[in-house]
Amino acid sequence: MSFRRLNYPLTTDAMEQNKPKTLYEKIWDAHVVDQRDDGTALIYIDRHLVHEVTSPQAFEGLRKAGRNVRRPDLTLAVPDHNLPTTPRIDADGNKIPIADPQSAAQLEALEANAPAFGIKYIGASDKEQGIVHVIGPEQGFTLPGTTLVCGDSHTAAHGALGALAFGIGTSEVEHVLATQTLQLSRSKSMEIRVEGLLGPGISPKDLILHIIGVIGTAGGTGHVIEYRGEVFEQMSIEGRLTVSNMSIEGGARAGLIAPDEKTFAYLKGRPMAPKGADWDAAVAYWKTLPTDEGAIFDKSVTIQAADVAPTVTWGTSPEDVVPVTGHVPAPDSFADASKQDAARKSLDYMGLTSGQAMSDVAVENIFIGSCTNSRIEDLRAAAQVLDGRKIADGVKWAIVVPGSGLVKAQAEAEGLDKIFTASGFEWREPGCSACLGMNPDKVPPGERCASTSNRNFVGRQGPGARTHLMSPAMAAAAAVTGKLTDVRELMDVN
Amino acid sequence: MKPVRKVEGRAIPFGQKNVDTDVIISAEWLKTVSRDGLGEGAFESIRAQEGNVFDDPEYAGASILIAGDNFGCGSSREHAAWALDDMGIKAIIAPSFSDIFSSNAFKNGLLAIALPQDAIDRLMEVAKTDPITIDMESMSVTTPFQDRFTFEMDPFRQQCLMDGLDEIDLTMAKSDAIEAHENRIDSAQVWHKPVAA
Repeated sequence: MSFRRLNYPLTTDAMEQNKPKTLYEKIWDAHVVDQRDDGTALIYIDRHLVHEVTSPQAFEGLRKAGRNVRRPDLTLAVPDHNLPTTPRIDADGNKIPIADPQSAAQLEALEANAPAFGIKYIGASDKEQGIVHVIGPEQGFTLPGTTLVCGDSHTAAHGALGALAFGIGTSEVEHVLATQTLQLSRSKSMEIRVEGLLGPGISPKDLILHIIGVIGTAGGTGHVIEYRGEVFEQMSIEGRLTVSNMSIEGGARAGLIAPDEKTFAYLKGRPMAPKGADWDAAVAYWKTLPTDEGAIFDKSVTIQAADVAPTVTWGTSPEDVVPVTGHVPAPDSFADASKQDAARKSLDYMGLTSGQAMSDVAVENIFIGSCTNSRIEDLRAAAQVLDGRKIADGVKWAIVVPGSGLVKAQAEAEGLDKIFTASGFEWREPGCSACLGMNPDKVPPGERCASTSNRNFVGRQGPGARTHLMSPAMAAAAAVTGKLTDVRELMDVN
Repeated sequence: MKPVRKVEGRAIPFGQKNVDTDVIISAEWLKTVSRDGLGEGAFESIRAQEGNVFDDPEYAGASILIAGDNFGCGSSREHAAWALDDMGIKAIIAPSFSDIFSSNAFKNGLLAIALPQDAIDRLMEVAKTDPITIDMESMSVTTPFQDRFTFEMDPFRQQCLMDGLDEIDLTMAKSDAIEAHENRIDSAQVWHKPVAA
């Protein structure tokens, strides 16, 4: 290919073509099916993940209108939210029925809807079953440069592989099933640049909690985030998935990280990823995706990695973060009167007192799992802390819920399950579990949980449950001491 | 979708900021396979508190909800919009909304009207005693006291709401363009389809 030097003024179109673009702009532009004058566009959707909770009404809508699924081959269905994490098959190999009739009905609906509309379905007892946001990347269904949606706000996770991925409501699920497109307005772009590297014992979860603390839960509203800086280049794909996953907690529907050699190495050989010559062509295309030098973001936030400590939440919003070495804040310390009021309510709900050291807060429940932190690296980090240790007397319930059957098998091959059970944890079947109170895994009212999930909303883990968000290593440390603990005290960090 | 041109009625002066989707409708209520009947579960944790604004007889039958910043943050559950609709709410007025919630509201013909905080403060006052009117044609919110606040909405959404258009039908009318895109991708990016296992 040769390039002709242009010695005449560029037309507007050509200037548009040559303008440096962000990763988001490149993916958006490649998916415009129809552009409206008012700035909204019909955007093609390359991948659609479907689970049992947000899909039954969408399939019902299709049926009522006599519509089909346009591209079942681009759609993948799996149950996760409702499934109990206790064994699913008895000693004789029979399916164990689900006790809750409503959950059972919802799960049966997906099991019937997927084949009825020609959609590939991974069932509750298949070894590949897991949380949608764990199995998408794991199966190679998620690819860089694609648009990916799911009726779940944590779809943002897939941005870690350089996919434009975001959560949608059930009407949009129906729209995608019927048309493989969505009518969207272009979002603004937001750069979160992290300078420097994380200190010893500090994890990607600490980083994203810290970021949400800085930008607030509405900081990214209307924006697509791109996470930039050396810390992300050095981070594993599992770590990147944790960061992108919680973009929605900062108000952004999507959070991207540029695809690189680590992304390609992670995806190569995955069951649904391209093979042979197709793989080479895909990689060549993916290499063109990273944000161009000189591209302009609508908003930019700089974070110093050195400021990030092992982080926990104290309140009922993911922005309510504090280093574990810190104290419960005083409501009066917030500038805004409504935040002061919200902080008072949060402290009341959480049963905490201003000025109390976070490291004095005792926990009765430990949850390691969720689409944020249930991948192999998360389990390794927790097991490393638990190895040779026992959970504290005050801890009544401690569970580890692998993100998928494949993560579970890998962990068992590495002997991690033995470390967890020896320390007093229960080793469960894959699913969303205690991240949200819609299956049997719930935190009792008034009790506290050190949780690796993503939301500490009022009642999120069950009515009256008190959630403290943190990393897997920090949750393991809390299990060992029975209170919120700086994991670095239990680690040989040097 | 039913056309929405005007919403007129009493408004619940709720006013709370950062109302998350789990507060609007908790996960226990998401096990349904229907869109109906969720009003009963709406704002459950707030309604458990004595003297809450939702159960105040003054606001029985209200069709408008007034809230604070960042309404509907959190989950993508459309059940939040269905629950509001089921409790008789036709419009929510707040300084800002989460992206997914405002989209879900729109798809259900539920108006998500963004107005500045000072307008919200005034409407919270008026709501205690008098009705509020939202007019989609002029894109304005008015009170019996000559208050008039105009709001913005993208023209496509405004038209869809006022005419009650079915968005899937609108998109299906563009199936040629969708097919053209698919053909383009199929030839330029052969690797694009998931490998069938």
